[in-house]
Amino acid sequence: MDRKIRVLVAKPGLDGHDRGAKVVARALRDAGMEVIYTGLHQSPESIVEAAIQEDVDVIGLSLLSGAHMTLFPDVMRLLKENDAEDIMVTCGGIIPDSDAKKLLDLGVSKVFGPGTPTDEIVDYIKNNVEPRE
Amino acid sequence: MDSLTNLLTRVLSGDRRAVARLMTMAENGDAGAREAMAKLHPHTGKAHIVGITGPPGSGKSTLVDKLALEFRRLGKSVGIIAVDPTSPFTGGALLGDRIRMNAIALDRNVFIRSMGSRGHLGGLASKTGDLVRILDAHGKDVILVETVGAGQSEVEIVRTAHTTVIVEVPGLGDDIQAIKAGILEIGDVFVVNKADLGGADETARELDTMLDMNPVDTGWRPPILQTVAKSDTGILEVVDAITSHMDHLKETGNLKDRVREREKTNLLELVRDRVVDSLMENDNERGLEDLVDSIMKYELDPHTAAERFLKPIR
Repeated sequence: MDRKIRVLVAKPGLDGHDRGAKVVARALRDAGMEVIYTGLHQSPESIVEAAIQEDVDVIGLSLLSGAHMTLFPDVMRLLKENDAEDIMVTCGGIIPDSDAKKLLDLGVSKVFGPGTPTDEIVDYIKNNVEPRE
Repeated sequence: MDSLTNLLTRVLSGDRRAVARLMTMAENGDAGAREAMAKLHPHTGKAHIVGITGPPGSGKSTLVDKLALEFRRLGKSVGIIAVDPTSPFTGGALLGDRIRMNAIALDRNVFIRSMGSRGHLGGLASKTGDLVRILDAHGKDVILVETVGAGQSEVEIVRTAHTTVIVEVPGLGDDIQAIKAGILEIGDVFVVNKADLGGADETARELDTMLDMNPVDTGWRPPILQTVAKSDTGILEVVDAITSHMDHLKETGNLKDRVREREKTNLLELVRDRVVDSLMENDNERGLEDLVDSIMKYELDPHTAAERFLKPIR
């Protein structure tokens, strides 16, 4: 069997800073994963819909505009509403520690701060994706 | 297998998560997937399968986005399979076709799936075929399969379609390139996209001249259409041409021939995969490596080596 980890890298919100998301997408690809990249300005609805259709194991959210406490909880809520809360969610960007704690409480699996080595992200995903039956 | 029956029931009742999960299983070559695909087979055969191919950067994804939107206006549900290359070095893939498919991203009657070409030994077309069948059984009226037209396997994928759309852009080379690419024989509809760039008329004219020289007359003269997908120009005409092509296939009885050819190619591909798989199991990879060593030492020629490798099933 030839199982591959599939990751959706998504940029919700209105900021156009996608350098980080692209660097992460590239690193995950080079680690042998299939990365679905959605591009800029995605709504929580379109992110969750894409995650479902693509049957991804992980959603990686990137946001640098400060709207994470508005948009990330919506993603978590929509995943729940669609019976898709088994999909792991990680996020990165400019996220203060106090917010990071709240996001983890909402079910986000991991918050990666600025300067996180890409190897750390790759390892985290590889070690934490649930094996499927 | 109770969970499998459950999954199938969910696929047939339109559950998107189940559809997506079965696709993953089929792609991974899961044991359960084969059984599921067998049960799904009677529910397929209703969709119009449209292959869309062309060079990188020709605007395929944008065109697919706009075509899907137009088909939706006509009341048809749409499935999309977008194939992107897998890195042969890492096995990873960056699948970015969704970036240009925003117009339809939230429409519940559209299902988009990105697929990495992975390292299939020529088995890509049959894997794509499985995904197409799943969308077909799921009840999609039109299924658009998008691939980069840059090699044998991609050509094989579009050959599995009822209607093949070739996307060209102005200024990518002369008419000889078109002959070399072998696209003139497989295209049912030709689209010169980015027609707002200079040279679109010339590209269209060259294609037209080339098509005049096609050796086989099927009774269908492929139309050559100009579009600017980004600004919705010429999209309706492409949808019309795709629909007319299906009408033509039905009227002439060519549809049956096409489907038959597709099933035959697919069956052969599956057989080939299974033969290789079973040889790898029986003879294990070591046997193969030994044969390669012998070839490199000039003790065996490749044909004789192949003959030996095949011995267990002769």
